[in-house]
Amino acid sequence: MEPFVRHTGTAAPLRRSNVDTDQIIPAEFLKRITRHGFEDALFHAWRQDPAFVLNQPEYAGASILVAGPDFGTGSSREHAVWALQDYGFTVVLSSRFADIFRGNSGKAGLLTAVVDQSVIESLWALIEADPSTQVTVDLDAQTVSAGSLTAEFEVDPYVRWRLLEGLDDIGITLHNVDAIEVFESSRPAFAPTTLA
Amino acid sequence: MGKTLAEKVWDAHVVRRAEGEPDLLYIDLHLVHEVTSPQAFDGLRAAGRVVRRPDLTIATEDHNIPTVDVDKPIADPVSRAQVEALRKNCAEFGVPLYSLGHAEQGIVHVVGPQLGLTQPGMTVVCGDSHTSTHGAFGALAFGIGTSEVEHVLATQTLPLKPFKTMAITVDGPLPDGVTAKDLILAVIARIGTGGGQGYVLEYRGEGVRGLSMEGRMTLCNMSIEAGARAGMVAPDETTFAYLEGRDHAPRGDDWDAAVASWRSLATDDDATFDAEVVIDAGALSPFVTWGTNPGQGLPLSATVPSPEDAVDEVDRVAIERALEYMDLTPGMPLRDVRIDTVFLGSCTNGRIEDLRAAADILRGRKVADDVRMLVVPGSARVRLQAESEGLDEVFLEAGAEWRGAGCSMCLAMNPDKLTPGERSASTSNRNFEGRQGPGGRTHLVSPQVAAATAVTGHLASPADLTNA
Ligand code: SF4
Repeated sequence: MEPFVRHTGTAAPLRRSNVDTDQIIPAEFLKRITRHGFEDALFHAWRQDPAFVLNQPEYAGASILVAGPDFGTGSSREHAVWALQDYGFTVVLSSRFADIFRGNSGKAGLLTAVVDQSVIESLWALIEADPSTQVTVDLDAQTVSAGSLTAEFEVDPYVRWRLLEGLDDIGITLHNVDAIEVFESSRPAFAPTTLA
Repeated sequence: MGKTLAEKVWDAHVVRRAEGEPDLLYIDLHLVHEVTSPQAFDGLRAAGRVVRRPDLTIATEDHNIPTVDVDKPIADPVSRAQVEALRKNCAEFGVPLYSLGHAEQGIVHVVGPQLGLTQPGMTVVCGDSHTSTHGAFGALAFGIGTSEVEHVLATQTLPLKPFKTMAITVDGPLPDGVTAKDLILAVIARIGTGGGQGYVLEYRGEGVRGLSMEGRMTLCNMSIEAGARAGMVAPDETTFAYLEGRDHAPRGDDWDAAVASWRSLATDDDATFDAEVVIDAGALSPFVTWGTNPGQGLPLSATVPSPEDAVDEVDRVAIERALEYMDLTPGMPLRDVRIDTVFLGSCTNGRIEDLRAAADILRGRKVADDVRMLVVPGSARVRLQAESEGLDEVFLEAGAEWRGAGCSMCLAMNPDKLTPGERSASTSNRNFEGRQGPGGRTHLVSPQVAAATAVTGHLASPADLTNA
């Protein structure tokens, strides 16, 4: 993964609470065999409505999603995170995330930053007044800023470290590749291989 | 203090141990199939990673493939896409693959053991819950999710927290007519579908020692239905005799070194388990399920239970709901339950001994007129072996269908499905609602009970045939 230190982009306001993973990506898309390409599946039902925020041209290209409380509840499907990332989101801001969704996000490299609902409200007001507002999420400083607003956000320290270093689970294990090599050199000679 | 078999295998595979972190465990064998691997390979591709040890990885096509017209393209587009993705991924990443049509293709848990790839003391994983099957050899074998599949492909390791251990001791030999399937159904009925949660089960005692390797695989296979992470049997002469001479088994000096090492794997006398269960083998008889989870089983001689027999309110609701789905009436003898379809196959009971046992019962008999029976070998090799013994003739003459190898009606991802309301006696491992097709009703049985049931048209054991 690319290290994530600071990100600046436009933001989309999602004025809804309790957005569950079935809303983020419905089950019918779980049959797919790819790890990417879920952008069309994101918020699939809501996107049928022309008035839905992501159907507004002024929010095209937004990379930060500003959501209501309790984002990511419901089934544990990792696809929910993939769909948000495939669509182009790098950060989701909310006052509260469901645990499993947060865990899955951290693993996949999507930043879920927790701020007060009052900050969410201020951000909604700013980006609705001017959708081209540049929002900066600074993971190093743990702040989000837009216009004259600057607020701190909360993030799990372990997830923060992983994102700053650009490490996924596999990357972390591969940090110990020396230990793996040492282990491999001591495996018994009789251990089987699958090649002829 | 001594160690259990599971602890010995675990400790021998720790690559890295650090305070407050999960152990990093080395994986000796990674089995891959078409359903849980596509996104794992895709993840590797996106990150520019390679498969660390293709030589410790093997793939086969099983869950989706048809068991008839196997030379034609797969009709269902989702199934076809999964199989094609596997072929492309294995070619790109250098993973050996047994495709449909190959002599070694088959259900992943049948293929590994029969090639001699599954050996005592190994760690074995697969993106499939019935990986527990391989524990029959004294391997620590368990199912994993797709992101773990990617992790193993990339690193040949997994970060894991240790499992708890449970001893299941089967005292005394199994009575005549009682199989490994009856034993495991009785174990699950006893400890419940959640009874093994977080545990590795070690099956011990005379009743287990007396089982063949194939019987032990049946036993370990269904450990997951008791909620366990894995099931294991300590290796012994039966294990070594099964392995010797297999394609991937050690040879010459390596064989001697291997056997010496495998002998050390038994649980130490002074080791302690986190939990223990004792089963009296003498009290066992053919066992069948009546409900919609594998813990809802009873001796064939019993009657359908009543919600009033429930131990608590949750159980009462579960019984009521199961009886409604299964369309059964309390008090009805299980032997009177009429069956539409008999399925002989799956990674639980699709090996050669299972087919032989069923064929012995069907020889010179006929499948009842209104019953269809599918015989689906667990692998292409099992199919060939059966044909060389003339078992296919026995099944065909009895009026059963002789199919190609795969998972088939075990989970109905291919066209082999029950229709709504149809009732099966199945040698597979899950009787969940709709598992064998939407609205289908499943009774889990041994191969012997399956064959006797096919003949009589109702749940029956071989003893019912000779007594008749
Ligand atoms: S036979 Fe059934 S349980 Fe076994 S691997 Fe196939 S689908 Fe899973």
